[in-house]
Amino acid sequence: MATITTQHEMDRPLVDNTIDDPTQRAQLVLGGNDFTTVTDKVTGIAAGKPPIGWWIAFALALSLLTMLGALIGYLFTTGVGVWGNNQPVSWGFPIINFVFWVGIGHAGTLISAILFLFRQNWRTAINRFAEAMTIFAVMCAGLFPGIHVGRPWLAYWLAPVPNQMGMWPQFRSPLLWDVFAVGTYATVSLLFWYVGMVPDLATLRDRCKNKYGQMAYGLFSLGWTGSSRHWHRYEKAYLLLAALATPLVLSVHSVVSFDFAVAQLPGWHTTIFPPYFVAGAIYGGFAMVITLAVPARYILGLRDLITDRHIENCCKVMLGTGMIVAYAYSIEFFVAWYSGHHYEKYAFLNRALGPYQWAYGTMIFCNIIGPQILWFKWCRRNVFTIMFAAMCVNVGMWFERFVIVVTSLHRDFLPSSWAMFKPTWVDIGMLVGSFGLFFTFFLLFCKFLPVIAMAEIKTVMPQAHDIVHEPGEPYNPDEDQADYRPDHPITDREGR
Amino acid sequence: MAQDPSTIESATGSEQILHGVIAEFETVNDVMHAAKKTRDEGFKHWDVHSPFPIHGIDAAIGIRPTILPWIVLICGLTGMCAGLVLAIGTMATDFDVPGLPGAAAPIHGYTFMISGKPFNSLPAYIPVVFELTILLSAFGAVFGMLLLNRLPKLYNPLLKSVNFRRSTADRFFIEVQARDRRFDQDKTAKFLEGLGAVSVELIED
Repeated sequence: MATITTQHEMDRPLVDNTIDDPTQRAQLVLGGNDFTTVTDKVTGIAAGKPPIGWWIAFALALSLLTMLGALIGYLFTTGVGVWGNNQPVSWGFPIINFVFWVGIGHAGTLISAILFLFRQNWRTAINRFAEAMTIFAVMCAGLFPGIHVGRPWLAYWLAPVPNQMGMWPQFRSPLLWDVFAVGTYATVSLLFWYVGMVPDLATLRDRCKNKYGQMAYGLFSLGWTGSSRHWHRYEKAYLLLAALATPLVLSVHSVVSFDFAVAQLPGWHTTIFPPYFVAGAIYGGFAMVITLAVPARYILGLRDLITDRHIENCCKVMLGTGMIVAYAYSIEFFVAWYSGHHYEKYAFLNRALGPYQWAYGTMIFCNIIGPQILWFKWCRRNVFTIMFAAMCVNVGMWFERFVIVVTSLHRDFLPSSWAMFKPTWVDIGMLVGSFGLFFTFFLLFCKFLPVIAMAEIKTVMPQAHDIVHEPGEPYNPDEDQADYRPDHPITDREGR
Repeated sequence: MAQDPSTIESATGSEQILHGVIAEFETVNDVMHAAKKTRDEGFKHWDVHSPFPIHGIDAAIGIRPTILPWIVLICGLTGMCAGLVLAIGTMATDFDVPGLPGAAAPIHGYTFMISGKPFNSLPAYIPVVFELTILLSAFGAVFGMLLLNRLPKLYNPLLKSVNFRRSTADRFFIEVQARDRRFDQDKTAKFLEGLGAVSVELIED
C-alpha cells in the first residue's frame, strides 16, 4: 500500500532518481504515490487554503500590477516621451521587454510540444505550469508593442481591417509578421493549455465541495467524463496540436528576430539571428521554469512529483541551449571580422568595448560564465547553485536584448546622429510592473487551477501499464506498442 | 417481454428512464480484461471511463481511428488559402470588391511600392500564410475534437452517481447504456459483476 511521504520526512528522498541506470527507466513519481494520492496532492492545492507565503507574494505582485496600470495611464495621458526612447534609440525598453517576455514563453511550448513529440516522459510533471508561464509571459510581451504604438487607440491598425482610407497593413514588413506570429502563438498556446487542462478540471469538479467552485469547474471542464472514445480523439487532437505548436514556436522567435535581421543596421543585419534567438528564448524560458519550479515544489509540497530528476533535466536543457547561445555570440564576432565590413566590425567592437561595455559584460557573465557551474552534478542538485544559475540567465537574457537593441541603435552610420540611451523611472517601473502582471496571474493559477497535469502524470506511473496478458490470448500489436514504453521489447509482429 | 426493460419503477411510483449500468474496477488490468469480454459479448453502446487514457484500450473496446486528422488538414488548407488571398489580394491587386456585407465602400487592394519589391512578393507573404495555416489547423484540432466528442455537454446522468466521481481520480468504470439492443437490466448487471467489478450501479436518466 502506498505511503504518503510528508514534507518533514522528505529532507532526503528515499529514492535517488537522478542516477542513470541503463537497465531500467528512472522513476518519475516518487514517495510510493498511487493514483489516489497524486489526485489528493494536486487537488488539495486548489481546494485548501493558500499558505501565508502565497498571500504575501500575491499582495506584492498585485501592487506591482497596480503600479504598471498607473504607469500605463500616465503614458497614455502624457505620451511616449515619458520613456527614455530617443533618436536614434527609438525602440528602447518596450521592445527589449517584448523580446524578453516572448522568449520566456518558448520554454513552455518546448516542454509541452517538442518534448511530447520526443516522448520525454518527465515533461508531464512540469508541462502544466510551464504552459501557464507561456500564456502569462506572452500577455506581458503583447502589452509592450501595444502601448509602444504611440496612439494606442489606433492599435487596431495592426490588424487587416477594411477601412475608409482604403489602406492595408504592409504584408512585406516583419513588424506585421510579428502581429500574426505572436497572435497565433498566444491563441494556440492558450488552446493547448486549456485542452490539456480539461480532464484535470473535471477532476477538480468531481472533488470540489464548494457550490460555486463546482459550477465554475463544471462549466470549464465541458462535461468531461473520461470516456475512452473521448480520450481517443482527445489524444489525437493533443498530438496534432503538439505537431502544430512545434514549427509554430520555432517560427515565432524567428519572426521576432526578423524585426532586427531584416533591417540594414550593423549588429542586427545577420543571418544567424533566427536560430540564435530561438536558442536564447528556450534558454531564458528554462531559467524561468526553474525559477518557478524550485520554490513551487517546496511550497506546494510537490517534491515527489517534480523530482530532483526533473530539475536536473531542466538544468541540462538550459546548459545545452546556453552553449548554442555562446556559440552564436562568438560566431557573430567572427562574421563581423570575416565580412571585412567597416560598419559591421565597428558595431561589434563598440558593443564589447564601447560605452555600453558594462551591459555587454553583464550579459557575458550571466549567460556564458555563471551557468557553466551546471556541468557539475552536485550543482544541478543543490537548490542554491541551481537558483544562482537560473537567476544569472534571467538577468543575462534581459541584458542580451538590451545589448542588441541599444548598442546597435545608439551609434548610427553618421557620428552626428549618435546618442546615448538612458531609461527613465517610467521605463524601469514598467519593467518591474510587468513582473507584477506575470506573477499575479501565475499565483492565481497556482491557487485555482491544477498545477500538475494529473491525467498525464498518471500515464507515466507504473500502475498505468500493469496489464497481465492471459495465456492463449490472440496477439494484438496495438496493445503492445504503447508508445510511452519505447524500451518495451516488441516480441512478435507477425500478427500485422 | 411484458415490461420495457429500459424503464424501471422508482420509489415514488413515477416512471424513470434508465440510462444504463456502470461497473467500477480497481485497476487498469481489471478494466482492460473486462473491456475485452464486454466487447466480445457484442455490446455496441458502451464505454470505458478512466482518469487517464489507457493505452491499448482502443483495441480492447474496438474504437476505430478518428477522422480528426482530415478535419485538421482541411482547416489548415483553408488557413493557407485565406492567408494567400489576404496577402495577395491586399498587396498586389487594384480592383474593387464591391458589395461586401457591412462595408460602406468597396474593398480594394493597396498597391504600394516598398523598397522596389514586386507587388506580389510571395516569399515575404510566407510568414503570414504559415501562421494562418497553423492557427486554423489548431482551431480544427480543438473544436473538431470537441465537436466529434459532443462536448461541451452540460448534463450527463453519469455525474449523478457519487461513485462515478472517482472516474476522474483513481477508478475505472465500464458503462453499458440502456439503448443497446443487448441490454437487459439484470443480466447486464450480473455480467459486469462477473467480470470482477467492485461495484455495479444503475444510472437513471
